[in-house]
Amino acid sequence: MRHADAPSLLKESRESAALNPLANVARLGVAGQADSTTRAPVALTVRDFSAWYGSFQAIKSVSFEVRTKRVTALIGPSGCGKSTFLRWINRMNDMVASARAEGTLNLHGIDLLDQRMDVVDLRRRVGMVFQKPNPFPKSIYDNIAFGPRLHRSFRRAELDRLVEQSLRHAALWEEVKDRLHDSALGLSGGQQQRLCIARAIAVGPEVLLMDEPCSALDPQATLRIEDLIRQLRSEYTIVIVTHNMQQAARISDVTAFFYEGALIEAGRTIDLFTKPQKKQTEEYVTGRFG
Amino acid sequence: MTTIQAQPGALLPLDHSAGRERSRTLRRFREAFMTAALMACAIFSTLTTFAIIGVLLEETRRFFTMPDVSPGEFFLTATWQPLLGAEKHFGVWPLVCGTMLVTGVSALLALPLGLITAIYLSEYAPRGLRAVLKPVLEILAGIPTVVYGFFALTFITPALLGAGVEVDSYNALSAGLAVGIMTLPIVCSLSEDALQAVPRSLREGAYACGGTRLDVSLRVVVPAALSGIIASFLLAIARAIGETMIVALAAGGLAQLTADPRDQVQTMTGYMVQIFLGDASAAGVEYRSSYAVAFMLFLMTLVVTIVGYRIMRRYREEYQ
Repeated sequence: MRHADAPSLLKESRESAALNPLANVARLGVAGQADSTTRAPVALTVRDFSAWYGSFQAIKSVSFEVRTKRVTALIGPSGCGKSTFLRWINRMNDMVASARAEGTLNLHGIDLLDQRMDVVDLRRRVGMVFQKPNPFPKSIYDNIAFGPRLHRSFRRAELDRLVEQSLRHAALWEEVKDRLHDSALGLSGGQQQRLCIARAIAVGPEVLLMDEPCSALDPQATLRIEDLIRQLRSEYTIVIVTHNMQQAARISDVTAFFYEGALIEAGRTIDLFTKPQKKQTEEYVTGRFG
Repeated sequence: MTTIQAQPGALLPLDHSAGRERSRTLRRFREAFMTAALMACAIFSTLTTFAIIGVLLEETRRFFTMPDVSPGEFFLTATWQPLLGAEKHFGVWPLVCGTMLVTGVSALLALPLGLITAIYLSEYAPRGLRAVLKPVLEILAGIPTVVYGFFALTFITPALLGAGVEVDSYNALSAGLAVGIMTLPIVCSLSEDALQAVPRSLREGAYACGGTRLDVSLRVVVPAALSGIIASFLLAIARAIGETMIVALAAGGLAQLTADPRDQVQTMTGYMVQIFLGDASAAGVEYRSSYAVAFMLFLMTLVVTIVGYRIMRRYREEYQ
């Protein structure tokens, strides 16, 4: 089942991580990657950010930073505002008439809350993968080519190459290269989700948002997506919402814990899981509530 | 009221012997009766359909066994002259042509306009506007067709003449436009339902790739809803083929083979109205001929329906 291109060293870490979520965190710490986590340049600055749906305040004055080419996990119980936060980063909340926000949300110098900002340009730079795989009812090829075709004109060979590279980056190429023109709806759930990741990276984003990308998948498919996220980490700034704390521990560099719209604690994943500063964080990560 | 004193929060045992046992025989009888009754209803509606087709076939057979007609003349010649003149001619094509001309004009109006309106209502219009516009459009479907006929005759035709289009006072163009307006709500309402049925997750996926509203509508939502849109088109076309009152009033009564919508035409349905309104005796060849025309009409709508199902199956995509 494993993809031939996947580095074999991932296998070991994946298996130990599956047994003990903290093993991976500890290994990261020992390997000395933790320091580089906080030294990476800031991609997204969040200052006193609040968001509402109508009169309901979903996010309450949140401040933290998302670092470039790191995996940032947003954890917390349902309704804590983590998905709302994610959907403000690519302005997906524009589709919700009652949604509004205040404060600072700044991506590489772009004010994301500015009404004059071009959301099409923003979404070229910030791709998104959703909770349920949502391939278009088109061929595998046309799914991947959809985004690029919106923004650039291609010669056939150029587009072919881009589709192949996107599928390779999403670790799906070997499985679909002989049926690129079959419907994407014939793929399994896990393949569909990797297709959606390929579709997102084909546009050429710097940031990838993932809203519980594994919640509709079985454990095997989940592990493959996690492998993929670890590979993509070297090229993209990834912000992932997850309900699964072990998943956050396995794949993220930084974790932010949201509770009832407030950011309780954010920091290096190893710190948050091994020596949380707040009592609520400790209770949540040790499974005493949530 | 019972006076059992229980500890606060303590549960009383469930009493399953309370009440009276329902009759098992009665339950079985009721079930059997309902099954039979429902089956009778289903058989009745199916039988009615077959009875109508049976009458059509029988009367059509009688028409073709009459001395002065033959299937060859009916299907292969193009002069329809059943009432006037020394010699009667029964070549069905002028009537078919009239029907196609009116249907074609109506389709050219209703299909694009209906689909564009549906896309606007589903993808662009604010909620409040949509809540008002859709019911208003559906009111169009409730207007009696005789009113559309009058409208074609007393408004569209003069308006066309006023705009410099040289139409006959009875013509296929006015009738076709009126039929188009009448079928517009069918296309619009059903297409809009099909567009609305496209899951929100597909739209989100397309927006997240940097699609504009137009990109999302035309490249994702419309293709995903294609089978429903085609179904709405075919229903509207079938409805236009069978439309009677508008064409009887506004298209004219002269069966001629023409491709010019400004001319007067007689449609298949128009001819049937003319016959059944009393211009022919019940045993005469003209009277019987209307059954043959009706059978032809039935075949045409049947073909549209079958082709429709074929196309729908080919384009049907499962979202889930």
